[in-house]
Amino acid sequence: MQEAVVSASGASEVVRVALELNGRPVEQDVEARTNLLDFVRQQGCTGTHAGCEHGVCGACTLLLDGRPVRSCLVLAAQADGSAVDTVESLGDAARPDALQRAFSEERGLQCGFCTPGFLMLARGLLNERPDPSEEEIRDVLSANLCRCTGYASIVRAVQNAAGAQS
Amino acid sequence: MKAPPFAFVRAESAEHAVSLLTEYGEDAKLLAGGQSLVPMLNLRLTRPSVLVDIGRIPGLSEVAAAGDAIEIGALTTHHDMEQLDVGDLPGLRSLRDVAGLIGHYPIRVRGTVGGSLAHADSASEWALMALVTDAALLVRGPVQSRELPAATFFQGFFTTALEPEEMITSVRFGRSRARTRIEEFARRRGDFAIVAAATSVVLEGGRCTSARIALGGVAGMPIRLETAEQVLTGAETGDPQSLDWLIREVAYVCSSEISPGSDTHASATYRRRLTQTLVERSLRRSLDDHLPAGAAAA
Repeated sequence: MQEAVVSASGASEVVRVALELNGRPVEQDVEARTNLLDFVRQQGCTGTHAGCEHGVCGACTLLLDGRPVRSCLVLAAQADGSAVDTVESLGDAARPDALQRAFSEERGLQCGFCTPGFLMLARGLLNERPDPSEEEIRDVLSANLCRCTGYASIVRAVQNAAGAQS
Repeated sequence: MKAPPFAFVRAESAEHAVSLLTEYGEDAKLLAGGQSLVPMLNLRLTRPSVLVDIGRIPGLSEVAAAGDAIEIGALTTHHDMEQLDVGDLPGLRSLRDVAGLIGHYPIRVRGTVGGSLAHADSASEWALMALVTDAALLVRGPVQSRELPAATFFQGFFTTALEPEEMITSVRFGRSRARTRIEEFARRRGDFAIVAAATSVVLEGGRCTSARIALGGVAGMPIRLETAEQVLTGAETGDPQSLDWLIREVAYVCSSEISPGSDTHASATYRRRLTQTLVERSLRRSLDDHLPAGAAAA
């Protein structure tokens, strides 16, 4: 496959990005300045939200090669060849996963805008540390902002999901 | 906000990156983890015409012992550093502990040691560690590679000794047998430190034989406090009560030597108070086995 990014000399304002999005291959020519947040949303995965677009709020958090990152701070071109997992990969209303069930049961959301970011941050944490302490959970979750819940219910939701997994 | 338009090119090696910087001139910027550069692009605080992506260059994320020093590849992420298996290398433990202070987990997954040093924020933890461990930054340019001492690397507000066509390839943190520690304060966990204090002390034969103290957040760039270092250097460490008082004196000297600014985060007075507290805390926690019981809990 020919890359739109030219390696010798010849920087390009258009890049071809080919990556795996929630397990399926996607390929798109985009402006080089397109960030991964806009890229996944343009592909139809609108569960990932644009909050601040400068890396402070975490609403755009998704998994890049299994680890949580702020997609507003990653250029789509940097994710070329990688695996991206968004909130859509967790489950849906008919079959929610353990985290989604726990958020629902513990009232870990109100308006829901920050929720996908928290779900993916928690998913990344639990992938790396399946049995985190409350302090570890609070420390990691402090990366993201929520204006509605006051955070206690989000912490409980992640604790419950961790417990449900083990 | 969205970034302004730019052209993108991927570098295959450090030599390639440098030749691209030379070709495209001062309008080109290196992109590694992007955790400092991309927010600036999104806020339109910078408008480079070309981004040179160095994130895929192989061989720049190695961590290796080099005598009394630890050499870290520039593309090593803060998360890589946090996950280090410290084994028998004492210098690695203090580096690993510092990594966890940086930002938040998703930022540490992407941000790099080299990027943090090149960006040179006043409160950069790696910059402070470089200053207190007499680090050398290994830098590649179009004609030559050179080693830049940390002591003269941070020159001003987001300004370093790097030439426009140069790239940091690794950093060698020294003093691996010293007791080295950073203490910092921010209102929320993970925010930029309002003040950060780094200390590095070598104890030998009942004395402090060498000391380094550096502060972030009190000037336009991270700074060493050489006057305060001299108060500590040569001092006896045998008597716990005397050492406790000496630490207070050193911390006071630090707070009186600086001219911090006031801003929305803190007043100059508060920054001086923080400096005193954090320098004391850093030294006390490093030297807790030489202090009266409970002294390190302050």
